[in-house]
Amino acid sequence: MAREDTFQHAREHLRGLTDAELEARFWQLTQECIDPLVELARTHTSPSIERSVLMRMGVDSRTSMAVVSECEKRGWLGHGAGHAVSLCMRSWDCDAPSAAARMAADEGWDILEAEWGGAR
Amino acid sequence: MSEPKPLEPNEKLDIAALLKDLASYRPRRQGWHWREQVQDEHLFEFDYKQTSEGLKRSIPLPAAHYFDNIDPQPDCVITTEIASGRPEDDIRRMRMAAWHGADHMMVIRTAGQSHIEGLLEGTPEGTGGIAVTRKQLRLTRKALDLIEDEVGRPINFHSYVSGVAGPEMAVMFAEEGVNGAHQDPQYNVLYRNINMYRSFVDAAVAKHVMASVGMLQIDGAHNANATAVKAWKVMPELLVQHAINCAFSVSVGMRKDQIALSTVPPDAAPAPCMRMDLPYAVALRDLFGEYKMRAQENTRYMESDSRDATVSHVMNLMISRLTSADIQSTITPDEGRNVPWHYNNVHAVNTAKQSLVGMDGLAEFVKIDRENPVFRDRVREIKERAVLFLEAMVADGGYFAGVEDGYFVDSGEYPQTNDDGIVRHADGGVGAGTIVERADDYMAPVCHHFGENHLPQGLDRACDPIGGCTLCDPDKVPYIGELDPTDNAEVRLTETAEMRAKGLIRPEVEWAGDGYVVVTMFLPVSERVAEAAALEIGRAMNLVHPEVIHRQVMHPAEGTLIELKGRLDVAVDPASLVIPELPEVLSDEEIREFVHARGLKCVAATVGMDEHSVGMYEIIDIKHGGLEKWGFVCEHLGTSVPVEKLLDAAIEHAAQIVLVSTIITHGDMHRDNMEKLADLAAEKGVRDKILLIAGGTQVTDEQARAWGMDAGFGRKTHGIDVASFIVKNMRERRM
Repeated sequence: MAREDTFQHAREHLRGLTDAELEARFWQLTQECIDPLVELARTHTSPSIERSVLMRMGVDSRTSMAVVSECEKRGWLGHGAGHAVSLCMRSWDCDAPSAAARMAADEGWDILEAEWGGAR
Repeated sequence: MSEPKPLEPNEKLDIAALLKDLASYRPRRQGWHWREQVQDEHLFEFDYKQTSEGLKRSIPLPAAHYFDNIDPQPDCVITTEIASGRPEDDIRRMRMAAWHGADHMMVIRTAGQSHIEGLLEGTPEGTGGIAVTRKQLRLTRKALDLIEDEVGRPINFHSYVSGVAGPEMAVMFAEEGVNGAHQDPQYNVLYRNINMYRSFVDAAVAKHVMASVGMLQIDGAHNANATAVKAWKVMPELLVQHAINCAFSVSVGMRKDQIALSTVPPDAAPAPCMRMDLPYAVALRDLFGEYKMRAQENTRYMESDSRDATVSHVMNLMISRLTSADIQSTITPDEGRNVPWHYNNVHAVNTAKQSLVGMDGLAEFVKIDRENPVFRDRVREIKERAVLFLEAMVADGGYFAGVEDGYFVDSGEYPQTNDDGIVRHADGGVGAGTIVERADDYMAPVCHHFGENHLPQGLDRACDPIGGCTLCDPDKVPYIGELDPTDNAEVRLTETAEMRAKGLIRPEVEWAGDGYVVVTMFLPVSERVAEAAALEIGRAMNLVHPEVIHRQVMHPAEGTLIELKGRLDVAVDPASLVIPELPEVLSDEEIREFVHARGLKCVAATVGMDEHSVGMYEIIDIKHGGLEKWGFVCEHLGTSVPVEKLLDAAIEHAAQIVLVSTIITHGDMHRDNMEKLADLAAEKGVRDKILLIAGGTQVTDEQARAWGMDAGFGRKTHGIDVASFIVKNMRERRM
């Protein structure tokens, strides 16, 4: 919606604030804007986040891509791709890069199916 | 891995050696480096108030030779942005920039990388930037290790944690010792049309990882300035954008001193830009006092005129000096015409260094009058407008609703709106529908992971279940070299192998051997005719693909200035060059002895209708290390002296040396005067008894000799050069 400059009228309620009060209001309103964004981030994940988890587990970029895509396809991203790889690690008694490599070669998904069933 | 050998100032970077063993390369440190401040530094005859520790090796400003070659380093970090598209050439440019005082190398990414899911690998050639990959990061960081040792100051390496692979970029940057990065989810949303939910969810993880290694974050608010229809209207919104990224970053675990605001003086002349931008700069620093300021230069109103851009940037730098800057970024003066070229990075760094040093301590004398009512009211108004923006956005449902309603990058100054802001939809954009709620058993067994994470109880480290993550154990970082066997740095090096091996010389602006040159010409015709004519002239000069990169009307009918670029297919073999040897200078004692034994006298003057005298004083005056220093008796006749009078005086004083200065070259005046002096000396029968020496900014030795002199001395000549010549020449001639 286009609107003329209503500043002089709109600022009336701010006129009485000291500079410090105005600045505090600026930051308080900012925090109100971002709190829901932080909460969204705290409770959600994404393919890139899950690939970054696998990277930190020592898995290379191509293998991370393959494993996360498969988790996404099966609706298991919400459990965590790192979680998926660690379940296979335990089952195969190997390190994360080896487990992820086998998963990228289409192994081990039955182990996860036993844990999480079909699509969530 | 064998340690690469330290750089030698007279040797080029060994790219092939740097490309070796990258699989085992490890960065030597993590986190950001601020310059070491020096209190009240004293250099040469001057006191400084805003400087940092000097460099071991550097190239000082052009006039430094008048000031004992000092190279004071400003207090703030200086950034240069490099975007050649080839990492093997980027690092050569970084070395040049570092020698001029840059300690923040910002690498621009290739077009489109922000929309690629996942990481790229190898060293494919980029467009408008490079593919940021693990190999590219290692090659660059490894080169920077050597370069920082060479100049004697740590260098910050920086790129972008934005796009749809932000968390992966952040992890890779943390692993590879990248020191700083742009990270601002609003940039993704507004300018890259990446889904807003995805952007913020990804950003939280990316920022948390960045914070864990002390990486410095720079936000993306300057883009609102660069894209605004009227940049002077966007100030309230800029405050809001900075605040959202700052508060979000702090809430996900970043320290305030790790966060830098990317701030640009929004306007440029012919607007009264400093008067408009200064209240904004103050309002910003009032609100964000706990954060760092990365002062960027204006690009919004940048055209192809590099002089115009440089003046704008100097005005921006004055705002930095009157307020504050922790990092001073630079924009190359050619960014309005092409992807930056080598020497324009250096020019931009020098513009910053020169301005910052020139305005050192200025704020002690020149203060902003904060009590001026107009200024005070404007500072307050900008803040109030930003608060009104936030109030309305909260009332309308928050940040996401605000973006959907087109609050951002509107051309009105809030609360004025013109309904032309950037609108993005919550369910739209790249990566829409890809975020997933974390389940009750969500687990990520790695360190520095943001958000809900249901790890087993009682762990010391989050990564204990997997026996350590890459952030704790760098040996676990995997390395992929090249995926493309043809598009990579090694293959490109073989294409220029012959040139490199033989040291063949080709002009270059961006890549080794690219062959580009620029020709500046004034053509006495109108703009469009001049442009067409310039292309024709370029072809006549054998330029391949000539292209006009700058045109400027001097007068609609009288003429146009043109800058033309083109590729010149020429390679010069240095073995074929005849380079005159630098004249060897003699020792002080040797000269003094010779002069005293013979009682040498000079008669000196600036001849013709020429009032320049500075150069002559430089050569004869004892204070400037001139001829008097070794005992020469010098008779200076002054300026605009007729040639006849000069020679008569020499004969009268029985001088062995005549020094003739000629600065004005209009109508070949310098040539006429030299020839006249030589003829006159011959006529009067004294030519064999007197040395005739000419000097001046446009004088060359070759020309002066051709015009009858014994020698000619040009720019940058010192007394020692002239004294050495006199002694050697008189010895040879047994005078």
